[in-house]
Amino acid sequence: MDVLGRYRNLIVLVGVLFAQILGLAVQVRRTTDAEPTRLIRIWAVDAITPPEKVLVWVETSTSSVWHNYFYLRGVRAENRDLKQQIERMSLEQVRMSQDADQARRLQALLAFKEQFISQTMAAQVIGSSGSELSRSVYIDKGEGSGIKPDMAVITADGIVGKVLRVYGATSLVLLINDQTSGVGALLDKTRLQGILRGTPAGEVVLEKVMSDETVPVGEMVLTSGGDGIFPKGLLVGRVTKAAPGSDLFLNIRVRPAADLSKLEEVLVVTKIDERQAEPDQTGATRAVDILAERLPGVPAKPPDAAKAGGEGTAPATGTGSESKRKAAVPPASAGSAAPGARTTSAPKATATAGDATKVPPQPVKAAVEPKPQPDVEDSPH
Amino acid sequence: MAITYTSGEQVEVYRFSLPATVLIPLTAVFLQAWLPLRFHFFSVFDLPLLVTIGFATARRSPLTGLLTGSFIGILQDALTHHPIGLYGISLTVVGFGASSLGIKLDVENAGARFLLTIFFYVVHEIVYFTIARGLIGLRMASSWPHEVWSGVANAMLGVLIFMLLDRVKQRT
Repeated sequence: MDVLGRYRNLIVLVGVLFAQILGLAVQVRRTTDAEPTRLIRIWAVDAITPPEKVLVWVETSTSSVWHNYFYLRGVRAENRDLKQQIERMSLEQVRMSQDADQARRLQALLAFKEQFISQTMAAQVIGSSGSELSRSVYIDKGEGSGIKPDMAVITADGIVGKVLRVYGATSLVLLINDQTSGVGALLDKTRLQGILRGTPAGEVVLEKVMSDETVPVGEMVLTSGGDGIFPKGLLVGRVTKAAPGSDLFLNIRVRPAADLSKLEEVLVVTKIDERQAEPDQTGATRAVDILAERLPGVPAKPPDAAKAGGEGTAPATGTGSESKRKAAVPPASAGSAAPGARTTSAPKATATAGDATKVPPQPVKAAVEPKPQPDVEDSPH
Repeated sequence: MAITYTSGEQVEVYRFSLPATVLIPLTAVFLQAWLPLRFHFFSVFDLPLLVTIGFATARRSPLTGLLTGSFIGILQDALTHHPIGLYGISLTVVGFGASSLGIKLDVENAGARFLLTIFFYVVHEIVYFTIARGLIGLRMASSWPHEVWSGVANAMLGVLIFMLLDRVKQRT
């Protein structure tokens, strides 16, 4: 009894340590994705995150008032720059729209299934885990907002991580630079696939790329979609270093496109649609339409002039017969209406012919009317 | 600057009010989770560790020290995605050690506090990394220069925090 009293502190220490080690061992053994969140975590999160939310709210409100009402210096210059940027991007969109159309046609031919981010939810980053070994952040949206585990979290710059745990009004997001995270990734140009992992130091590396491959520094790394969390094609970052590793694989270091140390607002991907690509996406903007909106319009010819225009000229307005117009206007997917577009490839021609009757009549933009195409115009119906 | 040996009779024992006992650790964990998001350099500090050492050296009761360390550590663990107990075990050891050392040594001056904090920072890192590697299988990015710099930075902040704790502690 005297011994117990004398070594009471030590006995309690051993007891507390033993209990914690035992608890740790049980948790390690039972760790599965389906494991319910422990009550102690819920209490801790409920105690810590409300003040974080209040602080973030005060911070954003103050910042918003300052930037929206007081600090407007340079807004005109910024506006001008943004307009110029829109001009540039619109032209870029024309080119990319044609590429996308072509890709859709090819995907349809190969019966590819595409993944689309169809719904996202904006969330504010309110706190972190507070540990260098646990690279994760808390966001202000939880179960009540429809957030579920394993949802992808992204920013406009690139991917951020995935939802790991969901609480009532907050969620824990595991960042891609945590050493326990793993993302299926591929290199943009070489199309080499690998697994993106975090390191203990908080860096991001691409693993499982064979050392006999050549990976240029600066190459973009995209999600491969193989992990079932991130849709394919999202930007991850760029290769900053590629060197042979100690084993069969390359040691590829990647700089994430999203600044993971300065996260403020993120998007949680709440819905991903998977559908088969269709050659003619209704509602998709054609490159020719974008150009038509941008170029100065040519006034429509009067009916008499149109008649006098001779055979083979497509009517500027809807004066021709419906069947002729269907044939005269190539389907949106064909992309042949754009000036300079090539329409001679065999698969393309097949797809066009097959789809011609299905495409609803579309108005012809006078400003970008293609040259007469007698072979289409005169084809029998 | 010198750490002097003192007898049990010479050592003053302090206590903290209930609000301070609850709110100070909570605030430390809260700031540890929030500040690194705004000021990335702050991740080098470990406020819950400093508060554990501060409480333990002031109270000079090994039992209270280990329980305080255990509570703060588990709270810190609960915010991470790792199993609960990593920080818990580490801070339990630190709480017990700091309070036991507090009985033997005079830790009222800044120099002693500075050295004590560096020492327990190292103890904390060793225990934490051992458990994390041995039980969880986590890999560590061990860099001695970084650890030394972190230890010194934490010790400097620790001296300031202990001065703040001096203002709220009460003589028994």
